[in-house]
Amino acid sequence: MKKIIANLTTLATAMVFAFAALAQTKLTIGTVNNSDMVRMQGLVDDFKSKNPGIELVWVTLEENVLRQRVTMDIATKGGQFDVMTIGTYEVPIWSKKGWLVPLAFDAAYDVDDILPAIRSGLTLDGKLYAAPFYGESSMIMYRKDLVAGVNMKMPQQPTWGQVYEIAKAIHEQDNGTYGICLRGKAGWGENGAFITTLSNAFGARWFDEKWKPQFNQPEWRHALSFYVDLMNKYGPPGASSNGFNENLALFNSGKCGMWIDATVAASFVTNPKESKVHDKVDFAQAPCAVTCRGSNWLWAWSLAIPAGSQQSDAAMKFISWATSKAYLELVASKEGWANVPPGTRTSLYKNPQYLNAAPFAQMTLNSINSADPVTGTLKPKPYVGVQFAAIPEFQGLGTSVGQQFSAALTGKVTVQQALENAQRIADRVMRKGGYY
Amino acid sequence: MELRRSDIILSRLAAGPSILLLFVWMVVPLAMTIYFSFLNYNLLEPGMEQWTGLLNYEFFFTDPAFGKALLNTLVMVGMIIILSVILGLLTAVLLNQDFWGRGITRVLAISPFFIMPTVSALLWKNMLMHPVSGFFAWLFDLVNLEPIDWLADFPLGSIIMMITWQWVPFAALILLTSLQSLDESQVEAAKIDGAGPIRMFLYITVPHLMRSVVVVILIESIFLLTIFAEIFVTTGGGPGLETTNIAFLVYSQALLQFDVGGAAAGGVVAVILANIVAVFLMRMIGKNLD
Amino acid sequence: MANKKNYQKTLFTCTGWFVSLLLFFPIFWMIHTSFKTELDAFSMPPRFFFFDATLENYGIVQERSNYFHFALNSVILSFGSTLLGLLIAIPAAWAMAFRPSKRTRGTLMWILSTKMMPPVGVLVPLYLIFRDFKLLDTRIGLTIILMLINLPIIVWMLYTYFKEVPHPLLEAARLDGANLWQEIRHVLVPITFGGIASTFLLSVIFAWNEAFWTLNLTASDAAPLTAFIASYSSPEGLFWAKLSAASTMAVAPILIFGWFSQRQLVQGMTFGAVK
Repeated sequence: MKKIIANLTTLATAMVFAFAALAQTKLTIGTVNNSDMVRMQGLVDDFKSKNPGIELVWVTLEENVLRQRVTMDIATKGGQFDVMTIGTYEVPIWSKKGWLVPLAFDAAYDVDDILPAIRSGLTLDGKLYAAPFYGESSMIMYRKDLVAGVNMKMPQQPTWGQVYEIAKAIHEQDNGTYGICLRGKAGWGENGAFITTLSNAFGARWFDEKWKPQFNQPEWRHALSFYVDLMNKYGPPGASSNGFNENLALFNSGKCGMWIDATVAASFVTNPKESKVHDKVDFAQAPCAVTCRGSNWLWAWSLAIPAGSQQSDAAMKFISWATSKAYLELVASKEGWANVPPGTRTSLYKNPQYLNAAPFAQMTLNSINSADPVTGTLKPKPYVGVQFAAIPEFQGLGTSVGQQFSAALTGKVTVQQALENAQRIADRVMRKGGYY
Repeated sequence: MELRRSDIILSRLAAGPSILLLFVWMVVPLAMTIYFSFLNYNLLEPGMEQWTGLLNYEFFFTDPAFGKALLNTLVMVGMIIILSVILGLLTAVLLNQDFWGRGITRVLAISPFFIMPTVSALLWKNMLMHPVSGFFAWLFDLVNLEPIDWLADFPLGSIIMMITWQWVPFAALILLTSLQSLDESQVEAAKIDGAGPIRMFLYITVPHLMRSVVVVILIESIFLLTIFAEIFVTTGGGPGLETTNIAFLVYSQALLQFDVGGAAAGGVVAVILANIVAVFLMRMIGKNLD
Repeated sequence: MANKKNYQKTLFTCTGWFVSLLLFFPIFWMIHTSFKTELDAFSMPPRFFFFDATLENYGIVQERSNYFHFALNSVILSFGSTLLGLLIAIPAAWAMAFRPSKRTRGTLMWILSTKMMPPVGVLVPLYLIFRDFKLLDTRIGLTIILMLINLPIIVWMLYTYFKEVPHPLLEAARLDGANLWQEIRHVLVPITFGGIASTFLLSVIFAWNEAFWTLNLTASDAAPLTAFIASYSSPEGLFWAKLSAASTMAVAPILIFGWFSQRQLVQGMTFGAVK
């Protein structure tokens, strides 16, 4: 018996070493399945030829699953990933905890070229903790043919009132086209993000300076009633299960007159291969109401290295490659300028070839530049983030609250009831988290 | 048979490994879970763990979602079992008849049982139930009806429908096997006695099938109590709390809030609930299995 | 009479085919969609016959993720865990069926109840254990987990089959001087082969479709087809056709496996419930 155990132990140890030996040249990269990342996976030959000896292993997962996996792994120091793709929400929290390696780039990388709004969200105490792969804000995408068809005009930055009128006018004009498509699927990164920007425009905020939830305030009631009313009258059926993707599919098949969502969608809706309406789309900045502050969000999918990674040098090389100016040119040479990952570098928005190929470039840049995560609401707030609050509790809280919003949208509960529930949920979470 | 001492030892030795393994599998994580359930342990705040006594349990039980989740769990398990047994029985009776192409139809009919839950959920959500471009929407359009927005208007019903689809073949499979073993002479005898098809079904077939039905109920309830993938993929527990079950509630604490303490408390509660159901089931079924 | 019989048979043929096709339809629709272009996949009304059938989606999926790596892992994990499970469960079921003690029933119930707890409740403890034993993202670690998850069902199914075996048969072997191993190997297993085979099949199916642990404890090396699907489930852009192609690829092996072993599965599916 003892001998067997001894043998087994030797075997196990041998296997552990074997795995460790394999891992030395292997870089495991956890990433989301968005098309810019998928495109990158097709272009890694360039990286490999420049960095022989580094093998890249991709773990491509759907956003929610990826977030669970990497959070679980970094919090338990599981060491499964050498490079993680994380968002603007995670970076401030994780860097404060010392879970990420500060990134130091050489001069050729030109850190100062990164858009200031994006960069500030990834920086703590003057150190950059994640390099943006692509950045986005939110804006209006609309069918110029339909809007012109009813003799209306979309302003550069309309108010929600104007958006309402336009939605009303173009709704059901063209057979089966709905006035407006907005996110309704529950989730802090789905309807949570969108409705937060909408309510920001109405002057609302998640928490006051003392971290008290604010859903019992009139601003929230106005915002949510407006949203529910607009969607019930001029939105598509099934709006409560529509997230980014579902709306994209609807818009591309010509079912939406207007859509307010991420700026990255612009390159999809203008792509003739994917969109039936690619030549009929125009753009405007996200609508304001009582204020324009916080009316459009800010997000960047960024690459970061978990602290304690055994391969941080190789990881650093990879991140420098994937977020460099040269990478943008590589994508442009293979797939055309319209398909380069947007929203990270100032130089891209000065590049005439890009501006030429991407009719949405200027609007994207304006939107990103106008977003401010720190002072993003009309009334002062204690948290960082436009469409989220960068506190660990927010993922769970934002999703539960998003559930209430989506229930209000389906009419299962009234707006009043949904907000009361949201207030109660938020109060519980904040109390449990020890905020007050 | 007389039990020898060596026999007892032998049987202990034989049963030992698997019982020990299951014991370890059950006890080690469970012990850790119980321990965590008394801590204020958020995965995102490592190093801040403190003993909080029963606070996690208090929060779990006072969670407005708890009652609803419990109810949803019972409704889901109950409805799916009832539906899949009834539909499975009908399917089995049908596939037991002699007709052209029976072999192929059997293969087709049991196929849903082999499909991954994630795939089946994605399939139903996107390609069938989508209110604009789904197949059902098209069917409704054909007869000039307003398409139903399944996941928003009948969220729980949609989930039940989806999962029933996966389990009907399983029920049908077991019941079909059982039907095939029905004693022909008994059937003939009843026929000669002048029993009609309905009476025969009720007095001969149904009693014969009881044991198999019990097996179906047992196995299904084991799997259905922990349904998660289907909900995660389609409704995310919503809208509101319409489709949140206990498993999903624990999930949202563990992997959305990363509240390990709270999730552990939820896990412990779920284990207790599972055991209550198990005892109940065994009482009900025990008679039938001996 | 003959007319009535024919009429009946036609009726059963129609309803039988209708029900089966109804049950199979979602799967058919998935396979069908996988051959469309993304725009066609989403178009309304759906195109049944006149669309440009394309294999493009399969090409894209294979190019993006190495399907065979995931499929191989699925095969190794599901068959490995099942074989390991049978190895452990056969002696246990033997002991419970032929040498029952007072506690056998209780043990059996308890074993089954272990399957009823939501796995996510023990995720964190288990993740920590796996991290410490360096089992994260290894096939060995996952094989053990899947084996443990299916063990209750395996033990219970085998128990019900074994109980049907008449004791004198085993006694006879014993009197002939067979030891325990020979008794199991040469008498018990051959007699209950049908039951063991269907236990095997069922366990393989359950292990193949297990989507919680396989997703949460792997990264790349040990990731099976459930993880493969997770990378297609809701990406940006139009995705129905690619999702359908990926889904078809993920379920095809087990579906075909199931079709071919259906007879065996049916034969053993009685759980000793049929006398």
